Amino acid sequence: MSQQPQPHPEAANPAATGGPAPATAQTAAQSTTQATALHPAAPQPGHARPVLEIAGLTAHIAGQQVVEDVSFSVPATGITALLGRNGVGKTSTIKAVIGLISRTGSVTLDGERIDKEPTFKIIRRGVGYVPEDREVFSKLTVAENLRLAERDASPRRQLVEELFPDLLKRASQMAGTLSGGQQQMVSLARALLNENKLLLIDEPTKGLAPKIVQEVAETLERAAETVPILLVEQNLQVVRQLAAGAVVLSGGKVVHTTDSALGFLDNEDLTQRLLGVHADAGHGEEADRNGAQK
Amino acid sequence: MSTIVLLTVTGLGLGALYFLVASGLSLIYGLMGVLNFAHGSFLTLGAFAGWEFARRAGADNWWTFLGSLLVGAVVGALFAAFTEFVLIRRLYERHIEQVLVTVGLSLASVALFDGIWGTDTIHISGPAWFRETTGILGAQIANDRFVAIIAAVIVLLGLVFFLKRTRYGMIIRAGVESRSMVTALGIDVRKAFTLVFAIGGAAAGLGGVLASHYFQYVSPLLGGSLLIFAFIVTVIGGLGSLTGAAIASVVVALLQQFANFYLNGTGDFVVVVALALVLLFRPSGLLGRKS
Repeated sequence: MSQQPQPHPEAANPAATGGPAPATAQTAAQSTTQATALHPAAPQPGHARPVLEIAGLTAHIAGQQVVEDVSFSVPATGITALLGRNGVGKTSTIKAVIGLISRTGSVTLDGERIDKEPTFKIIRRGVGYVPEDREVFSKLTVAENLRLAERDASPRRQLVEELFPDLLKRASQMAGTLSGGQQQMVSLARALLNENKLLLIDEPTKGLAPKIVQEVAETLERAAETVPILLVEQNLQVVRQLAAGAVVLSGGKVVHTTDSALGFLDNEDLTQRLLGVHADAGHGEEADRNGAQK
Repeated sequence: MSTIVLLTVTGLGLGALYFLVASGLSLIYGLMGVLNFAHGSFLTLGAFAGWEFARRAGADNWWTFLGSLLVGAVVGALFAAFTEFVLIRRLYERHIEQVLVTVGLSLASVALFDGIWGTDTIHISGPAWFRETTGILGAQIANDRFVAIIAAVIVLLGLVFFLKRTRYGMIIRAGVESRSMVTALGIDVRKAFTLVFAIGGAAAGLGGVLASHYFQYVSPLLGGSLLIFAFIVTVIGGLGSLTGAAIASVVVALLQQFANFYLNGTGDFVVVVALALVLLFRPSGLLGRKS
């Protein structure tokens, strides 16, 4: 057994350790001053300001504390994985960021505080949200689901049609009659229709067949070329394939952050203890067995 | 045969009134989870407003009648939107408080209507044609029944069109499934809340004017007496389902009429039995979502 993992000294800012985020000189200069005010560990020049900074986030559901004093940030590019055993507060953290559950603490999106704003305003600032279990509107058609999500004056319908040609064929079908994989495509498409600053994607491969998992992973990879993503994902293969950094929660707190998901996941002991899965595990079957049900 | 026809058409007329109240109740509950006990007050105020307009406009002609329908609907909509904006909006997700505040509002408004218009029932009359009858298969049926049925069908078609074809209708249908996901798409669902209250209030106000012609009176208790059955209709039809409310309105009203005639005035009892059976064997209602 190795020692108990401690919160990373720069937990509030994984990008500060030399993360994958390349940046323009201009945004780096802006971000340095901004972030210095917020965190002692400010990004070095040459790194973009994190798109999302969370400090001291605490959240409750029905009086029960589900997230406790969580602090981390999400770099302005690439995919950051949010990891941890089932029931540890990953979904709650994401919901707290967009105000779907009551929260305290500071949440900053692209340099602006959003922790006092209602959900719809946060989303309109440029956040795409793909919830756990997809949450498509089952009694609306596929086309209606997509139309409802269009915020921009010129939504990127062409991109969505290109990424999900299947949805075009099923435009008039009730979303509730789609397969799990197709519903996930609808849910992803709703987020990708708009120009976003950040995507929050919660377990997009959960319960999907391996072939569909790969399709979803490819879609995320492509999306990440233009927008940073905070990804909750149990499938470590997908995490390895996609993530440039990771934040690990345990007991509602951040216990580990890294700018290199791969290195972290190769540590058998850490993955076993923090995620409840073996380093070479597929889709977190053991986590399902070991972890608390959400 | 003529009795059956008479009971059926009279039942459909009553069902039309139930639907006008229940449609709003059902949409409001479906979207916002609010059990609106003040809905009867929207109906009563609409009825009084329509009557005030009709008696000032003078002759009981068709234009006066149509005008009173419009006035009733507008007043009902404004009262409902005001209720949502001032009282309900502060209490989202606090269901006990919502019930208390709507029950309180309904009691207070009945007292207010008592104060303004008195506790006695006020007899009203519409266009002379209303009191005439039309013969269908040997049955002589009062004409105002047809007006109520036609109005309810128009309201139903209008609501279906609104829900299916407009963006706000789409937001409301989506919100009935998952309110939080609608806000998580960047939509200010509160506007839809106010709108649903206004639409429900308009239907109730319209129903108030039609009910006052159906029963030939207005009184501060008019709304409350219809509200009880509208609630039963809403539960049987399935909370949140407009089609369910339409079907259940007709079923409940016909059951009531036929039981009253053939089973010695046990109509109300039979309706309550039907409600109990639905709650036992199909708790989500005829067309309600599974919870």
